[in-house]
Amino acid sequence: MTTVQQPVQPQPKAEARETHFSSKRVLLTIAVILVVLFSLAPILWQLLTSFKTNQAISAVPNVYFPRPDQLTWQHYVELFQRRPFLNYMFNSAFVAVTSTLLCLAIGTPAAYALARLRLKGERIILGLILIVTLFPYILLFLGLLEIVRAAGLANNYLALIIPYTAINIPLTVLVMRSFFLQLPRDLEDSAKVDGYNTWQMLTQILLPMTVPALVTTGILAFIFAWNEYIFALTFITRETMKTIPVAVAQLGGATLFEIPYGPIAAATVVGTLPLVLLVLFFQRRIVQGLTSGAVKG
Amino acid sequence: MAKLELQNLNKTYSPKVIPVKDVSLTVDNGEFLTLLGPSGCGKSTTLRLIAGLEQPTRGKVFIGDRDVTNLPPGKRDISMVFQSYALYPHMTVYDNIASGLKLQHMSSNEIRERIRESSGALGLEELMGRKPGQLSGGQRQRVALARALVRRPEVFLLDEPLSNLDALLREQVRAELKQLFEAQNTPVVYVTHDQTEAMTLSTKVAVLNRGDVQQLDPPQRIYTHPANMFVAGFIGSPQMNLLHLKSDGKNAVLGDYRIPLPGGFTSPPDVTLGIRPEHVRLAQPGDAHSFQGRVFLVENLGMSNLLSVQLPGSENRTIRSLLPADRPWSQEDVTLALPPDAIHWFNTETGERLSNNTRPLVSNTANSTPLADSNPRL
Repeated sequence: MTTVQQPVQPQPKAEARETHFSSKRVLLTIAVILVVLFSLAPILWQLLTSFKTNQAISAVPNVYFPRPDQLTWQHYVELFQRRPFLNYMFNSAFVAVTSTLLCLAIGTPAAYALARLRLKGERIILGLILIVTLFPYILLFLGLLEIVRAAGLANNYLALIIPYTAINIPLTVLVMRSFFLQLPRDLEDSAKVDGYNTWQMLTQILLPMTVPALVTTGILAFIFAWNEYIFALTFITRETMKTIPVAVAQLGGATLFEIPYGPIAAATVVGTLPLVLLVLFFQRRIVQGLTSGAVKG
Repeated sequence: MAKLELQNLNKTYSPKVIPVKDVSLTVDNGEFLTLLGPSGCGKSTTLRLIAGLEQPTRGKVFIGDRDVTNLPPGKRDISMVFQSYALYPHMTVYDNIASGLKLQHMSSNEIRERIRESSGALGLEELMGRKPGQLSGGQRQRVALARALVRRPEVFLLDEPLSNLDALLREQVRAELKQLFEAQNTPVVYVTHDQTEAMTLSTKVAVLNRGDVQQLDPPQRIYTHPANMFVAGFIGSPQMNLLHLKSDGKNAVLGDYRIPLPGGFTSPPDVTLGIRPEHVRLAQPGDAHSFQGRVFLVENLGMSNLLSVQLPGSENRTIRSLLPADRPWSQEDVTLALPPDAIHWFNTETGERLSNNTRPLVSNTANSTPLADSNPRL
């Protein structure tokens, strides 16, 4: 009898564990869906609004699931036909890309020096850099305005590129420095013994390993520059040189009292899309730990 | 192929931090020199000075007739294996091995030929297209070795290349290393803190402590004739017994016993008796120096038992004895013999070896240690 019973006994236990396990999974799935909905809702709402006709947008009650006849491309067409939206996008892209590249080009060597050289007062330098990141950048704005006016840089891309670069450099230096500190020093020594000179070592050994960190900091700098509003609003007044955030904010309706929800939503989507694509494109690079396998493991 | 010579090499960071004080060494073709010492003794810094990764404060480095002291590492014609292997993670195994040759503008045919040659010996052909991240620790180690060998440099430098391998693999690679470098007629400098590696691999060992060379000798002589108390205590496992004793000029006083000092020098008032545990044996009738003692600790090491014995009389002295596992002893009280041949005498104050006797040490115990019969070249 016992020989028959014994193999049966463990089964209920295993089943209980399984149901427990699956109920945990269900809860987890629900939680994930809720969090995703919570974070994505505003974006989804904008996306929906940008495709709805004006009547559907202002309809009461809200139209959550529009019928085919309530959908339209009109807002997007309007952006590019009635307004120089491509022009705005170019301005934004040019300013953001240039300032990001400049920022990496200046910040990375500085970070390398701070990580590798035994500098006197290194802690003080790092402290100062950290303080700069804590400084609310809006406070810089009035001083910068004076400088821009004195230097005659108004309505010049440089008026945006220079401050964007400067504001992002502390972050770049701090992130890249901690990355360089992780890189094993043996790799550089090994490169020296192999006969690489300093420039070859930087470009052929260090740079390829640095790509993930460069991409990560670069994207952060790019997002800041792409989204920046106050400086762009103040330093640039010429219509053809405006950036997307300013242009979106200044979208006007046919009359003073009409708020063009549709075009604004469409502009927001168009303005956000490049960032989303950028992050998706570099996602693997960001996640990838390229240094794995360099040293013992 | 050329010999490597260090002349009065010194590295000073600050008046208090002097990792390398005054090191002069010569390593000839085909010689395998090990720099051995505890951590912080300056062995790695010495190696980095040879490589040119650090600049010496004073002194010179010669490779052959060339004074390379002021040359950058890449121009010295050396290759180095690092403790962490330092493979370039973004390159394939092939590119890793080829990197040094490419920089010498060697034709790609010749590079391929050389890599085929050196990687064949190390069994790397299958792995050529992989990245270091896809290799096991042992495989990475081999790639690092291949990268050094393929250069055919004038000097090989190895910085603790085995310390990241697990114990079993380490023994295997150690044997391979020995064969590999015996085939190269080139000076090799090897840094380690592991005395077994030093004893098994080297033709010459330099024991370093606090930036100074304590002894530079073949491994066997380092074991049989340690130049001072530091070397005596550092080489050999289990550690040598060191007993600080008073001397009356001719005899050392151990409790009620008097152990005659060898002649040929004037004895300082304080002497240290050194004897390796493997040379302390159970007394037989007729032994010269035998002592009663009480066993208070037994450590079983598998092939032998390590007994810690308290000597009677003065100051709680203990002595350790390594007995073969099959050798029985009375559980509590034992009588130990210290064969006079196996005793080393040191000046307690200076730490220097006292006797200048050079007759070979007779290993008269049944014990054999892996260190004792180390180097077939000797």
